[in-house]
Amino acid sequence: MSLLKLNHVAVGFDSQLIVNDVSFSLEPGDIGCLLGPSGCGKTTLLRAIAGFESLRSGSIEISMRLVSSQAQHVPPEQRGVGMVFQDFALFPHLTVAQNISFGIRTQTQAEQSARVRQLLEHVGLEGYGPRYPHQLSGGQQQRIALARALAPRPRLLLLDEPFSSLDAELRESLATDVRALLKREKITALLVTHDQQEAFAMADKAGVMYHGKMLQWGTPYGLYHEPAHHLVADFIGHGVLLRGAITPEQGVATPLGILRGDEVPANAEGEAVDVLVRPDDILIDDSSERRAKIVGKGFRGAHYLYTVALSDGSQILCMAPSHHQYAMGEEVGLRLNLDHLVLFPAGYCDT
Amino acid sequence: MQAFNLLRNASLPGVALLVCMPLLIVVGAFFVGLFGAEQRETLAHLWQFVIGEYIHHTVILMVGVALLVSVIGVATAWLTTACTFAGVSWLRWALLLPLAMPAYITAYTYSGMLSFEGPVQSFLRAVTGWQFGDYYFPEIRSITGATLVMGFVLFPYVYLITRAAFIEQSRAAIEAARTLGLTPWQSFWRVALPMARPAIATGVTLALMETLADYGTVHFYGVTTFTTGIFRTWYGMGDPLGALQLASILLSAVVVLIVVERISRQKSKYHHAGRSQQKARPFKLTRGKAFAAFAVCFTPVLLGFILPALQLLLWSADQLHVWLEPAFIKLITNSVMLAVVASLVTVLVALWLCYGKRRTPTLLTRVSINFASLGYAIPGVVVAVGVIIPFAWLDHRIIDISRSLFGYNPGLVLSGTIVAILFAYLVRFLSVSIQTIDSGLAQIKTSMDESGRILGLNPRQILTRIHFPLLRTSILTATLLVFVDVLKELPATLILRPFNFNTLAVRAYELAGDERLAEAGPAALMIVLAGLIPVILLSRAMQERHNDKGAVVAPKVEEIYEPVKA
Repeated sequence: MSLLKLNHVAVGFDSQLIVNDVSFSLEPGDIGCLLGPSGCGKTTLLRAIAGFESLRSGSIEISMRLVSSQAQHVPPEQRGVGMVFQDFALFPHLTVAQNISFGIRTQTQAEQSARVRQLLEHVGLEGYGPRYPHQLSGGQQQRIALARALAPRPRLLLLDEPFSSLDAELRESLATDVRALLKREKITALLVTHDQQEAFAMADKAGVMYHGKMLQWGTPYGLYHEPAHHLVADFIGHGVLLRGAITPEQGVATPLGILRGDEVPANAEGEAVDVLVRPDDILIDDSSERRAKIVGKGFRGAHYLYTVALSDGSQILCMAPSHHQYAMGEEVGLRLNLDHLVLFPAGYCDT
Repeated sequence: MQAFNLLRNASLPGVALLVCMPLLIVVGAFFVGLFGAEQRETLAHLWQFVIGEYIHHTVILMVGVALLVSVIGVATAWLTTACTFAGVSWLRWALLLPLAMPAYITAYTYSGMLSFEGPVQSFLRAVTGWQFGDYYFPEIRSITGATLVMGFVLFPYVYLITRAAFIEQSRAAIEAARTLGLTPWQSFWRVALPMARPAIATGVTLALMETLADYGTVHFYGVTTFTTGIFRTWYGMGDPLGALQLASILLSAVVVLIVVERISRQKSKYHHAGRSQQKARPFKLTRGKAFAAFAVCFTPVLLGFILPALQLLLWSADQLHVWLEPAFIKLITNSVMLAVVASLVTVLVALWLCYGKRRTPTLLTRVSINFASLGYAIPGVVVAVGVIIPFAWLDHRIIDISRSLFGYNPGLVLSGTIVAILFAYLVRFLSVSIQTIDSGLAQIKTSMDESGRILGLNPRQILTRIHFPLLRTSILTATLLVFVDVLKELPATLILRPFNFNTLAVRAYELAGDERLAEAGPAALMIVLAGLIPVILLSRAMQERHNDKGAVVAPKVEEIYEPVKA
């Protein structure tokens, strides 16, 4: 049974179609993530799930109940959905405790204060109840916003770029904390972000959106290693597409040599394809006969990201631990560490 | 050079002290009154016979005006921000129009419209056939009338500030309330309204300051308050000290308002729940609801501006011959001359103060500027009383000295000329120009000065090539605002003008007071036309801000998607 189910959802304003035919579902307890560049429609989709936007076609179900379709629109306050906003949207005229208990104001005073205390403890801000939002730092406001959304125990929690206004260091530790908290409260959540590290840190399932379309929905591992679309390959992680041609023996002839894998289609001899090569697919090994020249290097802390030029001039990326330094222009040997091939029809990438 | 520096550093507190002098005198008079036996008697007399009545009337006025302006201001601000309906974009700026009407002018047009021979009652008689005495008609010249008039003239303060607060409220705040289980109507009452509370409080206190300062309306409608009391004590009873003591009581009420206003401004800083990235999409109203919303927003415009303005136009059309009379032209030249000189002096002093603060931003200079800006809240009557007494005293000293030295009587060089009135305008309107110029100067970052220096400009060139072009609009706006304020100002002008020196405001008020309502039309119309200028400026500024935030520009593809390349 899926907790959240989207069937061919389309959302538009005026003549513009912002979300176009998106379908996916989320199991209870899972954390999902919508990834994509800004303007791709991911926030609009989230707002449609919350009930702030109406659908042009398709349907949305929460816990098997139809909440949005062309004919039916359950207002946000009746959906049992919690939401954490990008700018937190804490109520400035209420204290932290009043903010958190805002959604459970029908419960008794004792229940309310018990829940507030429990949530403050969960987010690590015990004793902050009587303060006002403007007295808190950005990270603290963020955690209060989360606590406020969790207080009514929503079936589904939506998070709209929840960490984007925080600095990078805080972002990563908070993402891990939030995941632990959601798992502890057994809450199904859907997160919107343009930051893939955030998505990898948080999500059980993730999808990449582009121009209103869902390009791929799957595990973060799948998105990285088995992208179904060259735009997904491009958006997630580093990598280069190498042009190649399919050989009669079901291999692909590329500047790196002939690559083999089960993914190469049979009877497609001579067809031009693009092969995705990630930096972690390539190892620098001076004993290897495949020679290449270093033409660029970027320090990444634990390792260097090198750009190397192959004999025919095409460039690929590879990583090496930062203890082993190579100078610009130096010749190195490359060893392949591909356990599977990712192929796209050739030429897509040029557009 | 050193002497110049000293002058510059001392000048800021000096100017501030000078500007605050009338206030110090008014405050001082209160304490003097406590010590002298004779003064104590005057004060006791005032307390016994008039002050109770003044307080009673003032409290009724303030409560009534506060209720009216907050209901009208908040309702119109919310409807024009959160909803769209036919005519809403027109109403957004039309709701500012009542600001162009000084309350005393609105008061006297209504008195004409609702009088026995006015159009409303004439129409009633024509329709029903009633005669004089056959029917009851409420008297507009009453405390209720004064409250209504001031409410409909002053509500734009609340409208303007509250609307800005509603616009700046993050859409997310309302949406957060919705996800936490509130209906749209509940979220207005429990989130949007409480979040706008400091803004509403600021707007209401501004309206109340104007209510306290008003002299024309209450006097014309026969309501005794502190301002009319000061006039009566001064002119009717020839008791300057009594007038000063009344002024000091009025001043203490104003101080309470200033404190409330400062506190609510302080609070409103925290009341932004984050920055709203996206503007809320307004509810679309149709049919009955749209009509109701339009009626709610249009009624204040109709009552606060359109009807009085029409009445003025009618009267002025009746009095076409007045426009070319030399007396009327003299009136205009007097007023314009006074307003031009006052605005130039005020803006120059404001420039001096603001640059002083920029150069040496110490606590002393900041405090000086704050004290120099107090005048906006001080009723014109209080300023006038506080100016005339020291000036008259100085004049008599000058006459004494001149007599003993040169055997010549120079006359009242300060209090008998326009010097006194110009000084009063400076005190009253300095804050307007300080605010405008200060915000203009704040746009010019010190790093711009520094990059100018790096690029080889000397300080004078920085002033002429960087500051002046950037500051030009602010200076112009400040000048214009003071110009219009001076044209509209009534009570201070009434007290301080030299003998036989008339302005448009004074003449309109005098004619209206003599029941020559139609004759007052042309002068009043001129004032209203001038008053339209700042309203237009304001609405244009609002419009620009609106465009900045509201424009839905389709993002370009390259902005949306930047392929991640190594």
